[in-house]
Amino acid sequence: MKRIYSVLVENRSGVLMKVAGLFSRRCFNIDSLTVGETDDPNVSCMTIVSSGDERTIEQVEKQLNKKLDIIKVKTFEEKNSINREMMLVKVKYNRNNRRDIMENCEIMGASIVDMSNTNMIIQVCDTPERTVQFLKMLKGISILEVARTGTLALQKCSEND
Amino acid sequence: MNGADVMVKCLEAEGVKDVFGYPGVAIAPFYNSILESDINSILVRTEQSSAHAASGYARAYNNDRPGVCAVTSGPGATNLITGIATAFADSIPMICITGQVKTDLLGSDVFQEADITGACESFVKYSYLVKDVEDLPRVFKEAFHVASTGRKGPVLIDVPIDVQQATVRNFKYPDKVEMRTYKPTVKGNGAQMAKVIRELEKAKKPLICAGGGVLLSKGKYELLSFAEKNHIPVVTTMMGISVVPTEHELCFGMVGNNGKAYANKAMSEADLIMVVGARVADRAVNQPELITKGKVMIHIDVDPAEIGKIAGPSIPLVGDAQAIFAELDTKEFESDYSEWLKTLNEYKVTYARKRHPNPEYVDPAGFINLLSHKMQKDAIYIADVGQNQIWSCDNVCIREGKFMTTGGMGTMGYSIPAAIGAKKRRPERQVVAVCGDGSFQMSMCELATAKQHNIPTKIVVLTNGYLGMVREYQHFTYQDKYSVVDLSGNPDLEKLSSAYDIPFVRVSKMDEAEAAIDQFLANDESYIMEAIIDPMDLVK
Repeated sequence: MKRIYSVLVENRSGVLMKVAGLFSRRCFNIDSLTVGETDDPNVSCMTIVSSGDERTIEQVEKQLNKKLDIIKVKTFEEKNSINREMMLVKVKYNRNNRRDIMENCEIMGASIVDMSNTNMIIQVCDTPERTVQFLKMLKGISILEVARTGTLALQKCSEND
Repeated sequence: MNGADVMVKCLEAEGVKDVFGYPGVAIAPFYNSILESDINSILVRTEQSSAHAASGYARAYNNDRPGVCAVTSGPGATNLITGIATAFADSIPMICITGQVKTDLLGSDVFQEADITGACESFVKYSYLVKDVEDLPRVFKEAFHVASTGRKGPVLIDVPIDVQQATVRNFKYPDKVEMRTYKPTVKGNGAQMAKVIRELEKAKKPLICAGGGVLLSKGKYELLSFAEKNHIPVVTTMMGISVVPTEHELCFGMVGNNGKAYANKAMSEADLIMVVGARVADRAVNQPELITKGKVMIHIDVDPAEIGKIAGPSIPLVGDAQAIFAELDTKEFESDYSEWLKTLNEYKVTYARKRHPNPEYVDPAGFINLLSHKMQKDAIYIADVGQNQIWSCDNVCIREGKFMTTGGMGTMGYSIPAAIGAKKRRPERQVVAVCGDGSFQMSMCELATAKQHNIPTKIVVLTNGYLGMVREYQHFTYQDKYSVVDLSGNPDLEKLSSAYDIPFVRVSKMDEAEAAIDQFLANDESYIMEAIIDPMDLVK
């Protein structure tokens, strides 16, 4: 079962290691992890995607809560959250496939953010599934490099917010 | 005033009287400043012992105040690691201070640099690397608070030498701690407690399984009062020994692989188990489903992460054992468990362990039982690790005293430094360390510490010429194919004792035991008593 942990932490050096270390030491797998400052510069938000059974998920949450640098832990399922991932893809193009690539970008709402005579960088920002889908659509085109942010997520809006 | 002076003032503000440690250049400013204070520094002979001594020091007085140890950077700090991990596994409050290389050299692999906060991350409750001298008072205040509240544990403070040397204008120790991320739950949830009472009313065969957490919360009197009032039998884990006096009518011994058969029988037959301050780890409960299947399991722990980690309880109850039992004790309910107690008392007879001691040697079981009966009522008994530990757990008689051992980590060599720490804290108590010839040699360098600082340290060595626990394992698992367990090369303990100027007595047969024990316990002085036991004896 996939689970998303949205973890507010003190923005200090070493905290990332503590959180990542907790996962590895207890044999919990991390699918993706992103970190960034929040509106409060003293607080960072980590979005961690991990999978495991019910008990593992509960243990992860409890162990995270024990860490003194962690301010708040929220966990939610994918369906209850808005998930986005950004990806940059550098591809080699030629006269024959340039049109196809641009069409694919249009269909997926991706944009071309840099270009030379032979290469271009495409930017996609979408759900993790559609990001993967886009990579599939580029099959047959020579991909030079791919960089992905991993999932960013917030729980969907509700009355109790 | 400099940073090191501030560190010492912080310790004074926390009421620290003794620091165990080993100096080196990176911690030299601290050891220079400590000379100006009333704090007593005790030089151990290897850094690991400073942590064990601090552990014994804290445990000897109900873990209310952390023990403190201070060592240098690099190898000093890494030698401390086993002691920190041991304290962490047993949730012992401790402050570990390490010196560190200069701030601007951090990360450059210079002489005696080790990333100790990084190395210890998974077995400290929290750690600090102090880079600004102005942070010291807050860090110390927080560290003492964190170490001694909630689920207790070791806190590491790593202080670079230039921070210790930095000038500070004035010193003010904070009055209170402000940590938005740390608020341990103490009081139990009222609705959950009401459920506990309802289940106890329904139960026919309830059982309390008490762990070390009960001692850490100072809740043993509250627990016993609740058990006595409602006639609920009690078993303990290894760390929970001494929660209930051994010969108390409600005490049914230690559970687990190495526990009493009747205690395990009680666990499997109970219809309600209250697990209190115990981790439900493999050595105590090797089949967790057996304590949940078909019974009501109530798990009480101050650490929410322990609840449901191994066995899913019917009623989780987060809080401090002392607060919870004090509250439960005020509730009245109808119960009659006399049939259950009758059955358990029958089991106590039918499931008693039958040993066949070899008359050519001292029987460790009988010897430990006799020793503990002859010790003062409120004495502190410290068991090391190995067969000596299991025989101790199985045969020790604890009345109003304490039983200490390292149940979580099982660190050999714990008992002697822990005894030094315990005796330093409680000079009025009788303190006895019981170890094997293997574990004795892991810490025998500390005999000098005891001598130098005039700390009467009584040590019993059960000599069998083997690493007995491993030999026993090889006996059963590899059909007596022994590998690297022979201790030939043991020193002559009589000569060794005389080298340290410590009185010595050797017991070779059971009929010499009583006189030797009397002699050993007679005065408040260091003493080594060696008991020669059958090399082939087994704990099982």
